[in-house]
Amino acid sequence: MTLASPIQALSITLANCAKTWPDGTRALEPLDLGVRAGETLALLGPSGCGKTTLLRMICGLEETDAGGSIRFGNDDVTRVAPEARGVGVVFQGYALFPNMNVAQNVGYGLKIRGVDVETRRKRVMEMLELVELEALAERRVDRLSGGQRQRVALARAIAIEPRVLLLDEPLTALDARLRQQLRVDLAALLRKLGITCVIVTHDQEEAMMLGDRVAVMSAGRLEQIGQPETLYREPASPFVADFIGTLCRLQGSVVSAHHGVESLSFRPYEIRLGPPGNGLEANIVARFYLGSHIRFELVLDDGQPFTALAEPDAPWQPGERVAINLTQSRTAKEPAPC
Amino acid sequence: MGRRAWLIIAIPAITLFVAFWLLPMAKLAGLGAATPQGMDVSAYWLVLTQPRYWQSLANTVGLSLAATLATLAIALPVSRFLARHPAFPGRRVLMSLLIFPLAFPGVVVGFLVILATGRQGVLNTLAKALSGEPMVLAYGMAGLFIGYLYFLLPRTIGVLMAAVEGIDRHWLEAAQTLGASPWRRFVDIELPALTSALTAAGAMCFATAMGAFGTVFTLGTKIDVLPITIYDEFTNYANIPVAAALSVVLGLATWAALYIANTLANRSASAR
Amino acid sequence: MTHSRLDTRLGLTITLAVTAFLIGPVLLSVTAGLTKNYFVGLSSGLTLDWVVQVWDLYADTIWRSYGVALATLVITAVIGVPAAWVLTLFPGRLSRLLEELLTLPVAVPGLATALALIVSWGSVGWLRSSVLFIVIGHVLFTLPFMVRAVRAGMQGADLVVLDEAAATLGASRRRRFFDIIVPAARSGIVTGALTVVTLSIGEFNLTWLLHTPLTKTLPVGLADSYASMRLEVASAYTLVFLLMLLPLMVGLQSFAARTTRSGSISLGAST
Repeated sequence: MTLASPIQALSITLANCAKTWPDGTRALEPLDLGVRAGETLALLGPSGCGKTTLLRMICGLEETDAGGSIRFGNDDVTRVAPEARGVGVVFQGYALFPNMNVAQNVGYGLKIRGVDVETRRKRVMEMLELVELEALAERRVDRLSGGQRQRVALARAIAIEPRVLLLDEPLTALDARLRQQLRVDLAALLRKLGITCVIVTHDQEEAMMLGDRVAVMSAGRLEQIGQPETLYREPASPFVADFIGTLCRLQGSVVSAHHGVESLSFRPYEIRLGPPGNGLEANIVARFYLGSHIRFELVLDDGQPFTALAEPDAPWQPGERVAINLTQSRTAKEPAPC
Repeated sequence: MGRRAWLIIAIPAITLFVAFWLLPMAKLAGLGAATPQGMDVSAYWLVLTQPRYWQSLANTVGLSLAATLATLAIALPVSRFLARHPAFPGRRVLMSLLIFPLAFPGVVVGFLVILATGRQGVLNTLAKALSGEPMVLAYGMAGLFIGYLYFLLPRTIGVLMAAVEGIDRHWLEAAQTLGASPWRRFVDIELPALTSALTAAGAMCFATAMGAFGTVFTLGTKIDVLPITIYDEFTNYANIPVAAALSVVLGLATWAALYIANTLANRSASAR
Repeated sequence: MTHSRLDTRLGLTITLAVTAFLIGPVLLSVTAGLTKNYFVGLSSGLTLDWVVQVWDLYADTIWRSYGVALATLVITAVIGVPAAWVLTLFPGRLSRLLEELLTLPVAVPGLATALALIVSWGSVGWLRSSVLFIVIGHVLFTLPFMVRAVRAGMQGADLVVLDEAAATLGASRRRRFFDIIVPAARSGIVTGALTVVTLSIGEFNLTWLLHTPLTKTLPVGLADSYASMRLEVASAYTLVFLLMLLPLMVGLQSFAARTTRSGSISLGAST
């Protein structure tokens, strides 16, 4: 399972890239972004945040507004057409050509490049081995399962030895169980290829598993970029904190009376519940037993709701009153206010 | 099942169809087996053996085939343009203009062809002014060909437009990122995706052209195509067996073509 | 981006050429119908004389065509809407066969249908000489269009479930048909009705063989004028016909745009 030639990883540098649609709406605010050579960057954000537009700008299917520039390594590709850019793209839904079988799909880019039949055949088989589909070379693409389609699309994209690899929601079309498995496989494959890669996803777990770094986007803006751990522990904004895992926020006089701050932000597992009579108190509304832990839905006396996770042996029941204490880690680090 | 009780309400439609179409058609088919006056074989045999009828059938098939291919070749770029430019200014007006002739019966189409390419037509006037030579197409096969194009184009453009809109844009983008030029994308991705729609539209065109009567009736009853032959046999010679036999042959041919068209159209719709 | 500039230019050029090919002759016809003397040209002046003359000569065919279209519409609606509902209820092989059968009068050339009608029913004297004979032919030809349009409207509304819900609430079959099914299929019925009227007004192939000198419709009159009248009169008559079609086509297009994604309309005048 070796590639014909090792892929030469290149960095991707976007400078001042913005996108305005013909009707005047702004899809992307001007933004700078650097992807290091050989790195996998995950673009994470809710739908409509501009992450797919950003990806399409990198592969050339959308042009940047005037003033923006895109470089692969030292090569300025801003005005290079998609067919000449040398990018490998895995589309959302995979976009396999229905009139070609698996091998023809994977070999199409090579055929376009005029690679002779014999070399093409060898290269296609190599690619199919890489994604463990060598037995299905002659199969029609509409006879493939979702996971197999995903792997064919990947093999097709890397067969042309692209300068960079771009994946648009590569796992969204699959069911949950398969997605878990393929996430692990895909992560391993990307490490092995060592190619510079950008993955668009709306799934934070996927982004954190696949991305060496994660860029969180919202409303056409880059909110924060960093390693998964940094984003989780030190979110630069409430949006990032909320998007990467659940964040509860409490504020008002009840909070300031006990903690001396305007507002409290914490993750559900950063709370300790205890017997009442000690600090801030809340009422339990609902209790869900989830095996590894118990999830409580609570409200403060002034009606603010929040969530807490507790050990599976926590004794409290709905209707009871509990005291809430924050664990040390959180009281020390307040996320920046809005 | 309470549903079965609903079946009763379909009876009027079925009765009308059986009484006024199915049984009359069966009778017509039976008449074709009769022996025309002064002959000693059945009309079907005559129709299949006499060169006169053969020639007429060959003319009709040849002309319909040519008109079908020309229509597809012209309608495809138009459909692609309209489907790919949904925001093109004036698109709605253009579409309305292209669709309006759908409602024209063949007689009117024939008259329009005469106005454009007949003896007093624009084409003739232009030709005389430019080269001094007259140019009259309307009253022969060329005029009929133009008439067929006229009524086939509006029918085909709508069908092909829907097919082009059904092509996943990502297929073309994927091919583009893999390095395919616009021409390669058209040949490798778009045409294969349109094959069944093109075949279906082609079969529809062929069937429509084969059965066309009004257009040729206006252009001149001297043009030797099957519908005119049937009409002549029936009205001028009162040769009902031969008219019946020819009608059945023509009906079977157009029905078969349309059957293929529908089957292919359904297949392409379910493949999506 | 995937559509290249050359592609766009070529597409636009061909589209405009085809539009000119389709609309140019119509404009010629309109001009001829309003010009004093077409051979002299527009310089001879404009006039409505030819339209008036058409009215004097052919008014009866216009009224008769409207009458035939209306009768055809009533019959196709009364028998076609129930048939469409049955086809929607039973989406199996048998109903596909039934729909295929009902479509045969469209698939087979009108000439053949007309001959079949004449050899079977032509001997019934009162029928042969009445307008009803033409109406029957038009119903055969337009019924499939009505059924198809109504069915499309019914499938979109998920009517089978609605009907079952109404049945569990105790509504009788008649109540359900008029309270639930017909209102839900309304837009399909309107599309079907516009299609039927448009096709009936322009039907020639069947009508030419089925008509008698006393039951001439508009297209029959048109063929008559094309053969025997001067160009200006024939053009003026065509103009009247186009003016009758125009509101129908506008209505059809606005309805089709509302009911289907591509806004395509299914219509095929007899050629």
